[in-house]
Amino acid sequence: MIKFMAKRLLDLIPTLFGISLLSFFVIRLIPGDPVLLLLGERGADPAVYAEMKKSMGLDLPIIEQYWHFLKDAFNGDLGNSIISKRTVVSEFFDRFPATFELGIVALFFAITCGIPLGIVAAVKRNSFYDYFLMGGSLAGYSMPIFWWGLVLILIFSVQLGLTPVAGRMSVMFDIDTVTGFMLIDTLMPEIIEEEGFRPFFSALSHLILPAIAMGTIPLASIARMTRSSMLEVLSEDYIRTAKAKGLSVGRVIAVHALRNAMIPIITIIGLMFGSIITGAILTETIFSWPGIGKWFVASVNARDYPVIQGAVLFIATMVVVINMFVDLVYAFINPKMR
Amino acid sequence: MEEAFEIHQNEVEPSILKEFWSDFSKNRGAVAGLFIIILFILIAFFAPLIAPHAPSELFGDALRVGPAWSDNAKDGFFFGTDDVGRDILSRLIYGARVSMSVGFMVVFVAMLIGVNLGLVAGYFGGWSDRIIMRCTDILMSLPSILLAIVVVAILGPGLQNTVLAVAVVAVPSFIRIVRASVIAEKNKQYVMASQTFGAGPFRIMYLEILPNCLAPLIVQGTLGFSDGILNAAALGFLGLGAQPPTPEWGTMLSDARAFIESSPWMVTLPGLCILFSVLGFNLFGDGLRDALDPRLKK
Repeated sequence: MIKFMAKRLLDLIPTLFGISLLSFFVIRLIPGDPVLLLLGERGADPAVYAEMKKSMGLDLPIIEQYWHFLKDAFNGDLGNSIISKRTVVSEFFDRFPATFELGIVALFFAITCGIPLGIVAAVKRNSFYDYFLMGGSLAGYSMPIFWWGLVLILIFSVQLGLTPVAGRMSVMFDIDTVTGFMLIDTLMPEIIEEEGFRPFFSALSHLILPAIAMGTIPLASIARMTRSSMLEVLSEDYIRTAKAKGLSVGRVIAVHALRNAMIPIITIIGLMFGSIITGAILTETIFSWPGIGKWFVASVNARDYPVIQGAVLFIATMVVVINMFVDLVYAFINPKMR
Repeated sequence: MEEAFEIHQNEVEPSILKEFWSDFSKNRGAVAGLFIIILFILIAFFAPLIAPHAPSELFGDALRVGPAWSDNAKDGFFFGTDDVGRDILSRLIYGARVSMSVGFMVVFVAMLIGVNLGLVAGYFGGWSDRIIMRCTDILMSLPSILLAIVVVAILGPGLQNTVLAVAVVAVPSFIRIVRASVIAEKNKQYVMASQTFGAGPFRIMYLEILPNCLAPLIVQGTLGFSDGILNAAALGFLGLGAQPPTPEWGTMLSDARAFIESSPWMVTLPGLCILFSVLGFNLFGDGLRDALDPRLKK
């Protein structure tokens, strides 16, 4: 196990190195001069230009630039946003909880709906339910979520008026940031004392549509994986034995089959963090959700290169490190994986 | 004995295709997928003949006219018009052209790069394998849209750069699939036989091994088509892909967002086109995989 952990950690180094190179070159591969791009062509007074170039470190040889970039990154300095002038790191951590909260709720929705639907499809194999559910999950899997989000808004916000169109919280309430998670912050004792549960329900109603939009593709993959994994397990001899013993169908499925079918399902859930980030980029843009996805798209549109560079480094590192942890946890649970 | 062998061989040849079709056609979803794909390709191909208007023609007297089944419909605009009076049906028809060619180009570029790198990595192994696979791992660790956006941020928005960006995202899966099949094939007897005959590495790679890796490659190509269409539309939606007035479905959606309350048809129709074309390729790809994968056969 220790050997496996060490190997997996060592594997991380070249990957992180590659990611750092990629994000380092984002700003340097833009056609044209990044300094001119930042100053605007009209601000190109030679003295200002030289100063800007120096302050960005662009007058140094490229290897030295990279070295400075790495050193700064390790010290938690990824430069400042051109637009807000704030540091990229603080901008990131301001927005991260919003994305994290949305991602967790979306994943929760995907798991709690996806696994039961997959089980039903597997147990009722080749029935109408199976075809209907699997057709639906393939449609969910093919769903352009940027459109799906708009359709949800159209039905639930515009037509039925049930949920807000955008944002994270009604402007009526002033919620202090404690944990950064709205669903928790709105349940703080002083808020409940003042406003009751209305802020909590406001946060919940803002969260529901984005979570559904973001959870749809994961839901579809989980349902498909659950079905195929259950089908495999259900044909095993020990399931027949359990049935022959006279155990109820429910017990056979819930206790005997599901437990063994869970391993591939958990694997696919663990590897979903990458697609959660993809979902965040599109979902947050539609619902004006103040998270890192929307921040990233806005910076690309505004050509705020330090932010793009920092966000790529942050997000990619996060995904890689999380995937590594997922691998380690599996190796711990399932010795065959080592 | 000899006679029996010949008869047997004659039977084998045509039955490969027949067997494939009989496996494939049992899967109703896959046939539906194939039907959807053919429909979209025909629409794309004959767009100028089918479309009632030119995609960028402005009808100043018909702004945001509803579709034929709504109250404020107008003759000649079956799916209504958009905010500047362009016929939505015609734009959707021309949009099929854009999306199908984007899908095709993405798969073509990604396959071209992926197949060559995968062959080299799998056949030669060693350093070339390690370097190629390390780069593949890095690319695969990045969320697909994030990577595509980064490429567009570097190259600038536009349809051509969209194709490149989405192709970059698609390359790693081709490399992996080809490499895995090459490794499985390269120690088989037919490869050793041609090595003994003195065939060079490139002859073996391209003429001996590659034809035997085609099945997974075709499946991945089909699924790559759907990912390509979806990612390109997503970029268009974010304003980073095809630029207006190109009738690209994702770009149309992004223009329509502002009118979601007053003119919902502007939002629903382009999205349905994206959904159905992606669904078609996914259904078809799944069916192909089941029919081509010998392990799944009973």
